[in-house]
Amino acid sequence: MSSNEAYKGYRNEALETLKKFSAQIWSDVEIKTSKGKYYGIILPRSETADSAHIVLKLRSGYNIGVAVKAIEEINISGRKEANYKIQEKAFPYDPSKPMVKLLGTGGTIASRLDYRTGAVIPAFSPGELFGSVPELADICNLETEKLYGVFSENMGPEQWKGTAEAIGREIKKGVQGIVIGHGTDTMHHTAACLSFMVQNSPIPIVMVGSQRSSDRPSSDAALNLQHSVKTAAESDIAEVMVCMFGPTSDAYGLLHRGTRVRKMHSSYRSTFRTIGDIPLAMVSKKEIHLLRQDYKRRRKDREVTINTSFEEKVSIVYYYPNMKPDIIESLIDNGYKGIIIAGTGLGHVNKPLYPALKRACDNNIAVYMTVQTLWGYVQMYVYDTGRDIMELGVVPCANMLPEVAYIKLGWALGQTNDLNKVKEIMLTPIAGEITEREPSNGYLIYQGGIPEVEEFISKYMK
Amino acid sequence: MDDFTFKPFSEMTDKDYELIGFKSGLEIHQQLLTSKKLFCRCPAGIYSTKYNAEILRHMRPTLSEFGEYDGTALMEFKTKKEIIYQINRETVCTYEMDDTPPFEINEEALDIALQTGMLYNCNIVDEIHISRKQYLDGSIPTGFQRTSIFALDGRIPFKDREINIIQMSIEEDACREVSDIGHRRVYLTDRLGMPLIETVTAPEMRTPYEVAEVAQICRKLVRSTGKVRTGIGAARQDVNVSVKGGTRVEIKGVHKIPLIPLLTYNEAMRQWNLLRLRDELKRRGITPESFSAKVEDITRLMKKTYYMPLQTAASQGMIIKCVVLKGFRGLLHWETQTDTYFSKEISDRVRVVACLTHIPNIIHSDSKGDNITSSEWLKIKKAAGAMDDDTLVVVWGSDKDIDTAAKEIIIRAREATIGVPSETRQALKDGTNGFERILPGPDRMYPDTDLPPRKITEERLKKLSLDMPVQFWIREKWYRELNIPQDTVEPLAISKFAGLFENMVKEKNVSPIVASIAFIQYPKRLKREGFKTDILTPEVMQKIFEAYTLGLLSREGILPAMKKAIRNGSFSSEMLEAVCTEEELSSAIKSSHSELERINLRNPEKKDEVLIGLVMRKVRGRISSAQILKSLRSTYKREGIDVI
Repeated sequence: MSSNEAYKGYRNEALETLKKFSAQIWSDVEIKTSKGKYYGIILPRSETADSAHIVLKLRSGYNIGVAVKAIEEINISGRKEANYKIQEKAFPYDPSKPMVKLLGTGGTIASRLDYRTGAVIPAFSPGELFGSVPELADICNLETEKLYGVFSENMGPEQWKGTAEAIGREIKKGVQGIVIGHGTDTMHHTAACLSFMVQNSPIPIVMVGSQRSSDRPSSDAALNLQHSVKTAAESDIAEVMVCMFGPTSDAYGLLHRGTRVRKMHSSYRSTFRTIGDIPLAMVSKKEIHLLRQDYKRRRKDREVTINTSFEEKVSIVYYYPNMKPDIIESLIDNGYKGIIIAGTGLGHVNKPLYPALKRACDNNIAVYMTVQTLWGYVQMYVYDTGRDIMELGVVPCANMLPEVAYIKLGWALGQTNDLNKVKEIMLTPIAGEITEREPSNGYLIYQGGIPEVEEFISKYMK
Repeated sequence: MDDFTFKPFSEMTDKDYELIGFKSGLEIHQQLLTSKKLFCRCPAGIYSTKYNAEILRHMRPTLSEFGEYDGTALMEFKTKKEIIYQINRETVCTYEMDDTPPFEINEEALDIALQTGMLYNCNIVDEIHISRKQYLDGSIPTGFQRTSIFALDGRIPFKDREINIIQMSIEEDACREVSDIGHRRVYLTDRLGMPLIETVTAPEMRTPYEVAEVAQICRKLVRSTGKVRTGIGAARQDVNVSVKGGTRVEIKGVHKIPLIPLLTYNEAMRQWNLLRLRDELKRRGITPESFSAKVEDITRLMKKTYYMPLQTAASQGMIIKCVVLKGFRGLLHWETQTDTYFSKEISDRVRVVACLTHIPNIIHSDSKGDNITSSEWLKIKKAAGAMDDDTLVVVWGSDKDIDTAAKEIIIRAREATIGVPSETRQALKDGTNGFERILPGPDRMYPDTDLPPRKITEERLKKLSLDMPVQFWIREKWYRELNIPQDTVEPLAISKFAGLFENMVKEKNVSPIVASIAFIQYPKRLKREGFKTDILTPEVMQKIFEAYTLGLLSREGILPAMKKAIRNGSFSSEMLEAVCTEEELSSAIKSSHSELERINLRNPEKKDEVLIGLVMRKVRGRISSAQILKSLRSTYKREGIDVI
C-alpha cells in the first residue's frame, strides 16, 4: 500500500499524527486523548474536509471526528478493511428469453461511496447490478459492458460518439434491445444526440438512470432498471427513449421520446417530463401501456445508420434583459460555428444585440432561435422584433427544445459547413425534435393549491 | 443452568434478579423543543391525522461500508411490503418524501443536544459526522435515519453508584404507523424529521425497578433544560434486557416509565424460560445440529374441514402446509411469559416475516384450544409422516407467502435449540412483548454522503455552558438543606424557575420557603382554578419578586400579583396598589370593628377570626398578615379590649 493509500485523505497535522503512531486507515485502534478514550476503526477522510480531525468508526457503527491536537496515543489492535462488494452472480441464461445489452456510462444508477471525497462515485459493475436486482433475470438474458464511468456532466462528444458506435455494434450482433445507464443531469442531451446519431434502429434503445443512488434502500434505481430492461426486451418501440419514474411513487415509469424529454427538477424522482407532447408509453413491472401509436416499430432486420459527426464549436446563449452584444462578439471571435439562442417569449432578444447577430450571420455562423419557455413554438412573425431578427439571418427552430437544438446543430455542422444544407438538416424533423402540432395535453403544469388539482393529488398516488 | 423457577412479578426479590443475572440498559428518545425539523425547514410539532396525498415506496437492503448486509435488512426484504406514506402538505416537504437532499442540520436542535450532553457529564465529540442508519420497515421514506453521535462516556449518579452513559446521538424522528396488514403498511408522516436525541445507558440496572428509576432521572435531567418536548410520544424508551446466558433483547417504544418494571420482568422471564426450553430440547437430544423438520402440503387434506379459518383459507385459494418439528411434542405450549407460550414466538415471526397478519395464523398439535378435530390431526400426522413425539404446526397463506412462513417456523424452532435470538420486540399492553424484528447490528450504519462533517468548537460549548441548568440532583440536595416544602423539591429542581430561585435566595435574601411556594405551589393552585399559567414566565416572576424585595408587595400579595399578571398578560410594579400605611390600617381596623358590631354572629367565640377576616379583605396584599396581627393586638390592648 502506498503512503497515500495507507493514509487516504489525511494531510498535515492529521497525517503526521497517524504516521507517528503508524496508524494506517482501517486500523482497529484505541485513541487516547486529553478528553478520554475512543475505540474504533480509522476510516479514510474526505479530501475536502479539514486536516485537524481523524475519522473513527465506533463499535456502534457511528462515525465521529477526533481532534488531532488532543490525541496522546494511538494503540493498534487489529485491522478491518472495507470490502464494498455486492455479490456478483453470473446472469442465468434462458434461451427462451430475449437478449438485452446494458451499456454503462456512469451515474447514480450504479454507484458506491467514496471515502476519499465522501461523495458517491459511479461504479459500473454488471455483476453487481444483477447481484442487487435479481428480478432482471425474469425478463431477459443480459449482457453488460462498461463504456465509461463518468458523471453525466462530464459526458461530451467523445462519449456520445463512442456510445452511438457501441449501439451500432450491438445491433449488428443481434441483441433485442439496448439499455444505457447514464447520469440523469445530462441524460436528455445524450438522448437527443443518440436520436440523431443512431437512425432507423430496428430495436428499442432505452436510457435509464436514478435520482436516488443505488446505495440507498429507497433508491429508484432497481425499479428503473427493471422498467428499462423490460422495455428493451419486450417493447415494440424502436426509438431512443428515456425511461424514468412517472410519479415519485414506486408505481410506473414513463417512456419519453429522446428528443422531447427534459430533466425538470433537481432532485425529484419523477424529474423527467416530455415537453410539448405526451410520452410514448407507461411501463410497469407487469406491462407496457402505449400512450400513442406514431412510433417507429421494431424490426427483425439488423439495419441501422450510425452517423457520429459532431462539431464542438457550438454554444447556447440564454438571453436575459440587458444582455450586451459582447457575449455574441466573443463567440464570433472565438471561432464558434453555431449559436443556439434561447430567446424570450416567442423568440426575441433586445435591439443592441442586432449588429452582433448580423456580424455572426455574415461570418457564416449558423444562428438558430429557440424559446426559453420550453413549451411552445418560436413564432417570429407576430412582432416586428421577430421579423427584424430573422432579417439578420437568425433561423427559427419551431418547437425544438434549446438543448436538443444545440445537439442537432453540432451534429449538422459536423456533417457540412454549407449553411443552406445545415438549415435543411436543422428544420427537417428526424426523431420528433420538431412536431407539426402541439396537442392540447402537451402542456400541463398543474398548479398546486387549486381545488381540482388537490382533488387529483389526493386521489392518485403522487 | 441454575435451578430457578420464575415467581409472580410481585414476589420477585432483588436477590432473585441477582440470581438470574438480570441486566438492563436504556435507550431514551427525547424530542427537542425547536420551531423547525432537523434537516428541513418544516414546522416542528404539528401533528394531524389529516393528509392530502399518498406515496408508495418499497425498500431494498443495501450494503454497509464494510460490504456487509445487516440481518434486519434482509428480514425486512423477505417481507416485501408495499409502504404507503400519507402526506400533509403543511408539515411535510419534498425532503421528508426523499425527493430533496437534506438541508444543513438545525443549529438550534444541535445546541440543545450539546447542552444535554454536557448535563450528562459526557465527552462532547470534536467533529460530528452524520450517519445513515438503515430502517427497512419503511418508517423513514429514505430507508435510513440520519443520525449523529455528538457525545460519549457520560455518567449520572444513582444510589451509591454511577450509571454510565455510553453515547448520545441527535437524529430525526420516524413516521407513525397507521396500519400493517398483509403486504401493505401505512405510515403517517407528520412526526417524520422531528429532532430528537437518543441517550444510551450502559446495561447497569440490576432490577426492573432500577430501570424505571434511572429512566425517571434521565427524564428529569433533560426536562430541566426546558428545551425538550413533553406530552404523548415526546419521550420514548427502548429497554434492553438480558439474563445470564441470554441475549440482549430490545423492547421498543415504551411510552410510559411506570410500565417498565413489568415489561422487563416479563422479558427476563421469557429469556429464562427460553433457556430452560433449550435445556429441555438438549435433554431430548435436539441440538442445532440434530434439529430436524419437514414441510408437507396438506391443502387437499383439509378441503372438508369445519375449522373456520382453514375453510376460509381454502375458499380463497390459499395453500395449507404442515411443518413437522421432530421431537418437539408439548414444547409449543412451553410458557415463555405470563400466560404466553412458545407458539406465540412462532406465530409472531410468521406474522411479521411472512406477512400473514390474520390471527390465528398457525395452529399446532400441542394446543389445547378448539381447532381441527383429532381425527384431522391424525390424518395430517399420517400424511406428514410424523411420529408421536413430534409437533405439527399448520400454517396457511397465499402461494407467495406460504414458503416464507414454513421456512420461518423452522428457523424459529431451530433457534430454540440455541437459546434466545437477538430481537427487537414491541411492548404490549399486558406487560408482555411480541416480536418486531431481528435486532440490527452495526452493519446497518453507513456515512451520509449528502452532508459534510461539522466541527463543534470550544467557543460554542463554552457559550452553551453559561446557559446550562445545574444538574437537578445537586439542586435537590441544596433544597433539602434549605428545608423548603417537601413537595416542591423535585419539581423545582427541574423547573424553569430553578435559576430564578437560586438568584432570589442567594442574591436577594428571599426566604427559600416563600420562593419555592410561589414558584411551584402557586402555579399549581392557579392552574386548578383555571388560570392560564404559561404567562408566568421566569421574567414575569422575576418582576413580581423584585416588587416583593423592594417592599412594594407583601408576602401575601405575591399570589394576587400572579393572578393580576395572568389577567393582564404581563406584570409591572405600577399595577400594584400602594403599600398600606399605618393610618390606612388603623382606619381599616376601626371600620371593620364597627361592621363586626352590626353582624349578628352565630358563633360569638369566632369573633376574633371574623374581625381579622374583615380587615384582611380591605388591605389584602398591601401589607403582611403579621403586621395586621401586630396592629390589631396593639389597637385592642390600648382600647382595653382583650382580643387575640
